[in-house]
Amino acid sequence: MPTMVVAGHGMVAHRLVEAVRVADPAGEWRIVVLAEESRPAYDRVALTSYVESWDPAALALPGNDYAGDDAVDLRLGDAVISVDRDAKTVTAASGSVQSYDVLVLATGSRPFVPPVPGRDLPGVFVYRTIEDLDAIREAAERRGRGRRAAMVIGGGLLGLEAAKALRDLGLSPHVVEMAPRLMPLQVDDGGGGVLRRLIADLDVTVHTGTSTEAISADGPRLLARLGNGTELDVDLVVFSAGIRPRDDLARESGLDVGERGGVLVDATCRTSDPSVYAIGECAAVEGRVYGIVAPGYAMAEVVAAQLTGGTATFPEPDTATKLKLMGVDVASFGDAHAATEGALEVAVNDAVAGTYKKLVVSDDGRTLLGGVLVGDAAEYNTLRALVGRPLPAEPVALLAPTGAAVGVDALPDEAQICSCNGVSKGALTRAITMDGCESVSKLKTCTRAGTSCGSCVPMLAKLLNACGVEQSKALCEHFTQSRAELFEIIRATRITTFSEVVSRYGMGTGCAVCKPAVASILATLGNGHILAGDQAALQDTNDRFLANLQRNGSYSVVPRIPGGEITPDKLMVIAQVAQDFGLYTKITGGQRIDLLGATVDHLPDIWRRLVDAGFESGHAYGKSLRTVKSCVGSTWCRYGVQDSVGLAIDLELRYRGLRSPHKIKAGVSGCARECAEARGKDFGVIATEHGWNLYVGGNGGATPRHAELLVSDVDTETLVRTIDRFLMFYVRTADRLQRTAPWIEELDGGLDHLRAVIVDDSLGICEDLDAAMAKHIEDYTDEWRGVLEDPDKLARFSSFVNAPGAPDPSISFRAEREQKIPVLLGVPEVRR
Amino acid sequence: MTSLMTWTAVCPAAQVPEFSGVAALVGGQQIAVFRTADGWYGLSNWDPCSQAAVLSRGIVGDAGGEPVVASPVYKERFSLRSGQCLDGDGVSVPVYPVRVREGVVEVGSP
Ligand code: SRM
Ligand SMILES: Cc1cc2nc3c(=O)[nH]c(=O)nc-3n(C[C@H](O)[C@H](O)[C@H](O)COP(=O)(O)OP(=O)(O)OC[C@H]3O[C@@H](n4cnc5c(N)ncnc54)[C@H](O)[C@@H]3O)c2cc1C
Ligand code: SF4
Ligand code: FES
Repeated sequence: MPTMVVAGHGMVAHRLVEAVRVADPAGEWRIVVLAEESRPAYDRVALTSYVESWDPAALALPGNDYAGDDAVDLRLGDAVISVDRDAKTVTAASGSVQSYDVLVLATGSRPFVPPVPGRDLPGVFVYRTIEDLDAIREAAERRGRGRRAAMVIGGGLLGLEAAKALRDLGLSPHVVEMAPRLMPLQVDDGGGGVLRRLIADLDVTVHTGTSTEAISADGPRLLARLGNGTELDVDLVVFSAGIRPRDDLARESGLDVGERGGVLVDATCRTSDPSVYAIGECAAVEGRVYGIVAPGYAMAEVVAAQLTGGTATFPEPDTATKLKLMGVDVASFGDAHAATEGALEVAVNDAVAGTYKKLVVSDDGRTLLGGVLVGDAAEYNTLRALVGRPLPAEPVALLAPTGAAVGVDALPDEAQICSCNGVSKGALTRAITMDGCESVSKLKTCTRAGTSCGSCVPMLAKLLNACGVEQSKALCEHFTQSRAELFEIIRATRITTFSEVVSRYGMGTGCAVCKPAVASILATLGNGHILAGDQAALQDTNDRFLANLQRNGSYSVVPRIPGGEITPDKLMVIAQVAQDFGLYTKITGGQRIDLLGATVDHLPDIWRRLVDAGFESGHAYGKSLRTVKSCVGSTWCRYGVQDSVGLAIDLELRYRGLRSPHKIKAGVSGCARECAEARGKDFGVIATEHGWNLYVGGNGGATPRHAELLVSDVDTETLVRTIDRFLMFYVRTADRLQRTAPWIEELDGGLDHLRAVIVDDSLGICEDLDAAMAKHIEDYTDEWRGVLEDPDKLARFSSFVNAPGAPDPSISFRAEREQKIPVLLGVPEVRR
Repeated sequence: MTSLMTWTAVCPAAQVPEFSGVAALVGGQQIAVFRTADGWYGLSNWDPCSQAAVLSRGIVGDAGGEPVVASPVYKERFSLRSGQCLDGDGVSVPVYPVRVREGVVEVGSP
């Protein structure tokens, strides 16, 4: 059995192993992977997002441990230290010697650290691995309070990513770039100018056209002297001044290397020794090294094909880049610098809008060669796919803000939609129409498109639409409309009853799906009490009895305890009520108290006592705001930087009673230690020294998700306004029972689009959203008080219509741990 | 048939809004009484799927035109005409006749 030894387990090595295993299912090849890093291949492209979760598992590449695959032997933390080409063996750090028939070098690159004096000081880092980020974080946090600034050496793609990570860590970054502009490789001077202004607006100080002379230590701080005389006083320094291929194994074993480094290989990725290949960032294919992942993946496929009986050569690589930095779009593709003979440039520099767009076209102005987009890269996917093809319209028309947008229809079948994974429009169309991939997620599994950088995902959705695959949004058999459409219909027509909605816009008499959905819409739009008029019969039992149904038919009572703060007097009221009505009590996961085991008849009496003592409905039963969890915050906690309890209470009182597509949960933490688990909530607020960071789209449950940063360091007024709009936009446009995380994921354009709508008012609806929230707040009244004050509503709270007050004989209890619990008359068959 | 039925008055018709249900105790049995646009129906209040007496608190509507109530616990639908469960094999609940006489709802038991 021949053996393939792979040196390195980075992104490209993993792709190689996967590709060989797919083409060689019988396991003709034995594969030994020797990896320097201690964890299996992870998504280095997404390294910066590690700052959001600090969870290495979130970066893991699917299938990276080859669990259960006997053909692959992955040895982590055991680097190759030498190669003996005559003996065809490699020696690993552990001392083991491994023979090979084929050796593949996939050792990637190392960060380049120029010989600046002071580069070895503590507090100076590079930016390449998870460990690098852990070390940066540790240093940032060690500085504790008052920490402020950091310096990034290098203003290229990676440098700006590092600056973003540092900013997310609460430091103010300085970026120092030798070239006269940022991202010198990708953008031109015009684009660099716009980019610089946009980046500077985000609390990042940019120094271009200057070097770093020296770094010196000043107590715990670092002083950096720039070539232009500027002195920077910072907490830490990150080098991001380019990368160098890790070609040492090749050099030491006498293999040819490229003029500018890299293991020299031909178009089949073979080195000067036919048994040795090199792929990924360590390889110089016909002399050229590539610092992005897509060409590396192509090399992996080339080698896999050769080893499994096929032939392949390295294709012309796509080096297009798109970056979304702190909300700033930057993209470059094709011949961005107009290097082609006779190439013409057409640029639109809109200083007011903060955008720069340039297309590079052939000398006859007909064929697209490349381009640069800064500030707005919405057209990136389509334009990139058009490179080398005739332009569908005049270049200037394509660049104009209201220009002739290019649709997916205009693209030819060969156009590459996913450049990371080399998937063409034709391949995707076939997957949709022939293999039945009728959703973005199916397309991802089936074609791999969209699984790397993700920038092509919006195009996948557009292709699905173009192929006529419409995801059915119909609410149920009674309505062909989606919940969002019904919301707009009811809002526009001001209809106030279900019967009118269903007779005018639906069919039949409704069901347990559409009735509560319409009831929720009516409630959001402010149609009085949820039990008023025909609304009562639409409500799910929980809303109809304003309590949560339990398994034996009894109900639970959850009074609101805003922010989890409660006085001893109120605690005593709850205790007394529980005792008097014989209720089971438990502290919930939402920082409040659940009283369980009440029968329908007792609910009004229980609530009368609670309302008299100043409690109100906690809406544990509703699809509406649940709780705003808080930590003790700066009032008590020695680390707190803001009053998290005060804000949590304000927010809970502001949004209480807001009916929504699903429940809404929130949290406020007083500092970055995050004791309120705010990032596990639909919206979470974390205090910073300058204000608040707002995260959205988190949840626990079966598919836990961390919320993502929407805006940072905002004052309380901006924060509240942003949350107002976030919630109202969600309430209007989400599907039934869709929590905020899947809603954001399905928004065309995702979080960026959301930010554009509610922060930059790109749809011009913010005024309307603000007014809707103001109306909600003004109209709020306690639902339980509303019941207690209305004899008609009260009359509904009896177990039996012909025997008011008679207890339900099927409900009984026994005691456990000194409290009552339901006696079950049978085990329910739970089926979902 | 009808002549052998015992009819028990349970409440004024006006007490049951259209498309909703109430529970009544009739001879020790819990009976769920429902009102739809085209008439009155009676089922046992006992939901065999959740083992709780709750069907009267379900949402009333239709499935392909068949009048149904959905259990408030796990949402299985039961035909108001036949008592058959539409979402579970072979499960059904007893059906009771319901009529309105002079504005009063009456439940029949054999
Ligand atoms: C009472 C409580 C458990 C406890 O004793 O701690 C609870 C009880 C129920 N949860 Fe929960 N959840 C409770 C906290 C949570 C939490 C923790 C939290 O809020 O911090 C979570 C995870 C956080 C989250 O939601 O993101 C949680 C995730 C769920 C889920 C999964 C949601 C998801 O998006 O996947 C469900 C199912 C659903 O809603 O579809 C659920 C559904 C339910 C229901 C409503 C199930 C049902 O239909 O009967 C339970 C009835 C509540 C009741 O009072 O009868 N509960 N549930 C907690 C009430 C909190 C409160 O004060 O309002
Ligand atoms: C912050 C950041 C952002 C990026 N963003 C993008 C982007 O947006 N788009 C894009 O296309 N690319 C991006 N890249 C580049 C992309 O990550 C690389 O192109 C890709 O990871 C290269 O894969 P590779 O397998 O060749 O190298 P690597 O992923 O670096 O893997 C090489 C592995 O080999 C190991 N190794 C080295 N020497 C040995 C040895 N002697 N023995 C055993 N193991 C060894 C290394 O420890 C490493 O684990 C980014 C990179 C970084 C750091
Ligand atoms: S999040 Fe911060 S302020 Fe709040 S309790 Fe935890 S450590 Fe203290
Ligand atoms: S282009 Fe990167 S995943 Fe498709």
